[in-house]
Amino acid sequence: MKRILAATAVLLLTTAAAHAAGIDETINTATAPIAAWVGKVVFFKIPIFGAELPLVVLWLVAGAIFFTFYLKFINIRGFKLAIELVRGDYANPKDAGEVSHFQALATAVSGTVGIGNIGGVAVAVTVGGPGATFWLIMAGFLGMSTKLVECTLGVKYRNENPDGSVSGGPMYYLRKGFAERGMEGFGKFMGTFYAIGIFIGALGIGNMFQSNQAYVQLNHVAGGGLDGLGWLVGLIMAGIVFMVIVGGIKSIARVTEKIVPFMAIFYCFFALIVIFLNASVLPEAIGNIFTGALTGEGVAGGALGALIIGFQRAVFSNEAGIGSASIAHSAVRTKEPVTEGIVSLLEPFIDTIVICTITALVIGTSAVADPNFAGTAKGIAMTSAAFERQFSWFPIPLAFAGVLFAFSTMISWSYYGLKGWTYMFGESMRGQTIYKLIFCAFVALGCVVQLGPILDISDALVFLICVPNILGLYILAPIVKRELESYLARIDSGEIKKYKDA
Amino acid sequence: MSNTFLVAVDGSKGSIRAAEFATERALASKSELILAYVIEWSPYSFHTPDELAERHKRREEEIERAQSTVLEPIAKSVKAKGVKVEVVVHHGHPTETLVDLAKERGATQIFIGRKGESRVASLLFGSVAGSLVQTSPVPVTVVP
Repeated sequence: MKRILAATAVLLLTTAAAHAAGIDETINTATAPIAAWVGKVVFFKIPIFGAELPLVVLWLVAGAIFFTFYLKFINIRGFKLAIELVRGDYANPKDAGEVSHFQALATAVSGTVGIGNIGGVAVAVTVGGPGATFWLIMAGFLGMSTKLVECTLGVKYRNENPDGSVSGGPMYYLRKGFAERGMEGFGKFMGTFYAIGIFIGALGIGNMFQSNQAYVQLNHVAGGGLDGLGWLVGLIMAGIVFMVIVGGIKSIARVTEKIVPFMAIFYCFFALIVIFLNASVLPEAIGNIFTGALTGEGVAGGALGALIIGFQRAVFSNEAGIGSASIAHSAVRTKEPVTEGIVSLLEPFIDTIVICTITALVIGTSAVADPNFAGTAKGIAMTSAAFERQFSWFPIPLAFAGVLFAFSTMISWSYYGLKGWTYMFGESMRGQTIYKLIFCAFVALGCVVQLGPILDISDALVFLICVPNILGLYILAPIVKRELESYLARIDSGEIKKYKDA
Repeated sequence: MSNTFLVAVDGSKGSIRAAEFATERALASKSELILAYVIEWSPYSFHTPDELAERHKRREEEIERAQSTVLEPIAKSVKAKGVKVEVVVHHGHPTETLVDLAKERGATQIFIGRKGESRVASLLFGSVAGSLVQTSPVPVTVVP
């Protein structure tokens, strides 16, 4: 343990020193061309009717539409069942003590609910106009089907380790699923490719981006009092993350995991009050969403431009098609993998259709009431300004919520990255500790250096891994469909009964 | 037909007294005992992904520990007195789980030890014996 502590101390000191010596600039200049190239390839855009459509977004949306139709609108059909499953109506009392559907859902949701729900929506509305909200909701709705497919497969093809713990996720279903279809080599390649992507993604958007945003938030509330103190904030955050993921101090994680849902409810509650206080302009704001969706007035690329931005933000927020949530859901021990998929339908629903929409309405109604409410503020600051119009003190709890969201997202992503790592290097404890130390160092780095290009690379890779992931989902979809229909039929016939009313 | 007594056991001194008392009653009335250990657990709690992945392993460990350190020693001494005994470990809400067990196994009585908590403590943390008395479908004997 002492050695680990010493190692971290060295890592962290290097980080601080790196900043002082301006090494971040060196890294930036060295990686910028790579980032530019990767970004260009992954976010390759095709121009249509004056708008630019990134192929990768098209790929994700095409998948979501396909799965929605292929599974006959399971996002509507399965909704009630999803709630019953989460409530535990179908849980066998004999399995008490195992991971419940609720727990898996809560963990996966706290990994996705984050700064994107507060700031990302503001970006969407700024760039894509009010109409982007409509497409954001639509994308959330379609994304539900993609989630179902990936989470079902995550449980079905997971690995059970000799010590009784489990490892699952896209890398496992890609490898095993393709192998079952006689494409063993291809499956191995795809699995490894995915593992590398999720590992680098975990260091970027799941880590540096989060710690950086948390620092910006804190500094904003402190009125710039933390300028130049990024290294200190970074060290503290890295220290807390270290205590949780290396030191195994679960109580900290448990506290955040408990506060995060509470903060989400708190956020939604006050957002609804703001919308209520702006009620006089609500019809106009809603009207703008619909007309904006169809006409795209004032948006580059018109309606199509609004559509692209809405879809892109939704994917950024709910991660449907990226496969990350599938890793968290694999932990559930169930005889019916498809039940986990049905439960995961609720994830894009909560994340995108509920929380993002509420944020959009807060911004939308404020914008109708006072078009200049935010001044030049963008992103999370814009959302903050919309709340501030009604509650002058709101930026403080909002910043607090932002920091907590960032923290819980980091904890979730540390696990996703770890699973990518153990997929590549095996489950040895030593390897896992090395990974966790790297992860902590990046938390500190995120606050100190503005590694834009590295973030761009990580961003691009997270989107790149949806290519093998969705390809795998297409190929394995018949299995999901078969299990889904069989499960639903057994519920209809009464073969599977609720335990609660029995 | 012999009766079945359910005894709530958590390893505390009170629960051992409850088991001893129940053994005497069982001897006198030719009844059988079920020793039940409830591990407090809620399906609606929040965990990190790491904890979820290890949950199954932890659950087995918890059950194994309850059995070897608490239930088996008590069951041994009960058996030595000539009473037929069975042990059960269950996860869940203590009171609800005991009530469900009593119903499921057709127990005719529940025995539970009491901790003698102060009013403040039982107000804060609740008392299993207290709520069991209120919700049990069969008579409950609270052993001081």
